[in-house]
Amino acid sequence: MVNQQQSQANKKLALKLVWVIAGALVFAFALVPLYDVICSVTGLNGKTSNTATTATAQKVDTSREVTVQFVSSVMSGLGWNFYPKQNSVTVHPGQVTSVMFEAKNITNEVVVGQAIPSVTPGIASAHLKKIECFCFTRQSLKPGEMKELPLRFFVSTDLPPEVHELTLSYSFFPVSE
Amino acid sequence: MSTTTVAHHDEHQEHPTGIMRWLTTTNHKDIGTMYLTFSLVMFLVGGCMILGIRAELFKPGLQLMNPEFFNQLIGVHALIMIFAALMPAATGFANWMLPLQLGAPDMALPRLNNWGFWILPPSAVLLTLPFTLALFGIGDGALATGWTFYPPLSIQGGLGVDFAIFAIHLLGISSVLGSINIIVTIFNMRAPGMTLMKMPLFAWGWLITAFLLIATIPVLAGAVTMLLTDRHFGTHFFNAAGGGDPIMFQHLFWFFGHPEVYILLLPVWGFIPQILQTFSRKPMYGYKAQVYSLWGIGALSVVVWAHHFFAAGMPVPALLYFMYSTMAISLPLAVLFYCWIRTMWKGSMSFETPMLFTVGWIILFGIGGLTGLVLADVAADAQYHNSYFVVAHFHYTLFAGGIMGIMAGVYYWLPKMTGHMYNEKLGKLHFWLTAISFNVTFIPQFFVGLAGMPRRIPDYALQFAEFNMISSIGAFVLGLSQLLLVYNIISCVRGGQKATDRVWEGAVGLEWTLPSPPPYHSFTEQPVVK
Repeated sequence: MVNQQQSQANKKLALKLVWVIAGALVFAFALVPLYDVICSVTGLNGKTSNTATTATAQKVDTSREVTVQFVSSVMSGLGWNFYPKQNSVTVHPGQVTSVMFEAKNITNEVVVGQAIPSVTPGIASAHLKKIECFCFTRQSLKPGEMKELPLRFFVSTDLPPEVHELTLSYSFFPVSE
Repeated sequence: MSTTTVAHHDEHQEHPTGIMRWLTTTNHKDIGTMYLTFSLVMFLVGGCMILGIRAELFKPGLQLMNPEFFNQLIGVHALIMIFAALMPAATGFANWMLPLQLGAPDMALPRLNNWGFWILPPSAVLLTLPFTLALFGIGDGALATGWTFYPPLSIQGGLGVDFAIFAIHLLGISSVLGSINIIVTIFNMRAPGMTLMKMPLFAWGWLITAFLLIATIPVLAGAVTMLLTDRHFGTHFFNAAGGGDPIMFQHLFWFFGHPEVYILLLPVWGFIPQILQTFSRKPMYGYKAQVYSLWGIGALSVVVWAHHFFAAGMPVPALLYFMYSTMAISLPLAVLFYCWIRTMWKGSMSFETPMLFTVGWIILFGIGGLTGLVLADVAADAQYHNSYFVVAHFHYTLFAGGIMGIMAGVYYWLPKMTGHMYNEKLGKLHFWLTAISFNVTFIPQFFVGLAGMPRRIPDYALQFAEFNMISSIGAFVLGLSQLLLVYNIISCVRGGQKATDRVWEGAVGLEWTLPSPPPYHSFTEQPVVK
């Protein structure tokens, strides 16, 4: 019914379509690094850096005041209490500030956790610069141990003028070894 | 002696009997029949699941099931209806009708076609097996995340998630194989003289669908594979503790998920105008405009995905982009609606069952489209998001716009496929029961949604009680009236008044030049189209 020539042409076109499908599959996995790049370039999604800033100290802009609020949460599976020692601080852009968080292991085992930061509103996330943070490394707590976790940061002076308040949220995740 | 052996051998090749005929067949009509039968069975299975849900929601409080089982039912209901009922129905029509409409002897890649179908039943088993396993104390039941597999819930879920992931893989392979076959058939197998712009609109609808499928199904397959490695092999694509991002899953999923909506609808938009022109007894209005609109919708459908999660948090420029691009889809769709109505305008119309379903389809699908425009509005979506308003909206598009369209196609082509007329009285009764009970089911859901009832929750506040009761009653009538469809199809297959070749007075197209039912091998000599 279907002659030889026709059948050859069909196979050729089908093979080309298989390449399209393979391309789409590669594209799906390529979206992962692409997504990260877009988020970190634009600060979309409140993604903020998990490494120390390389920015040098800036001149303090005393004409502006910004309120930085702290939010903490512990993901399920991590038997810790974790909270900021102050709910918010008011700072001038460029002013280096230190705050403390506190974590306590309430289980009977050594537990390792990793804090993941997120900033709201998203456009401010690129302007929150961390000099020192407990989120740069994993934290390990012995049974019943309480630890003070330091954070040193400043808000850069080029923070968009419409932002008067920003929220820095930390979620502590369990890390299985 | 040798000739008789050869002849016997040939016959054996063509018609193995019993189950082997169906297992080994490469005939497009056999495979189309299997797709359509499978679709009907799964439609009933998925329907029973949602009747369980509506029974639970009949009254506030928990009566029949625990919340986990409720969650499993909604997720599997959606996956079955989308992947095992609607998509195979459209593929079944493609297999049956495309070669007949294009004047081709068969599909281009018959053996691939056989594989494409036979992957489906195992994947349906994979989807539903965890329910049975749970009865024997293995695992905690099927996928309980809803059909969207959102992490972190899907990373924490039980073995039902793994089963669903593998089912998605198989279903994806099946539809991708089907799509390759359809594209090759349309490009290479058309009758001499049939240019692309002379093709029946159904072929156009399916061609765009097939391209969308091969572009987006691999993205879904990739996303659920990442989910699988996150669950079992220590990767962190979506796990925030390891630097991954659960929101990224939503982007990947809906990059597939939104085109999927049009994958379900484009084949229907293809054959609906053919039904309209048949029963209006005048040529279809705006063939070219419809072809370009179909392409326009297909292209727009891959750039609007994030409107499914406006509430997940996005910068304002992104919200605006996704809002405006989503609303832009209504423009080519408005062209289609105009062409459909214009096709009927001043036509010599008659209202046999397929036409009833088609006209009802235009009205109900119109409501689905307009409520979608409301949801596309970022400001309004903040309230409607995740409410029963959304549930009602997508059932107007996918039950009315998808399944009722498929039913119109079933009644339209059933006499051609079986050679017998179906029972017209029962068909009309089926239409009216379906259309009325569908509205009784889903109009109340618009209201409870506007009032703030969230979807996917097994219990609700007391003020929603009356509307939910009405909705449940409608759902049971809707479910039971589908038995009429089953009865009508079975009795039509078994016998009835002989159908003529052309079946319908106003029918146009190559499929109507063949006898009803068409011979096992048709168009071995390709017809020439002038």
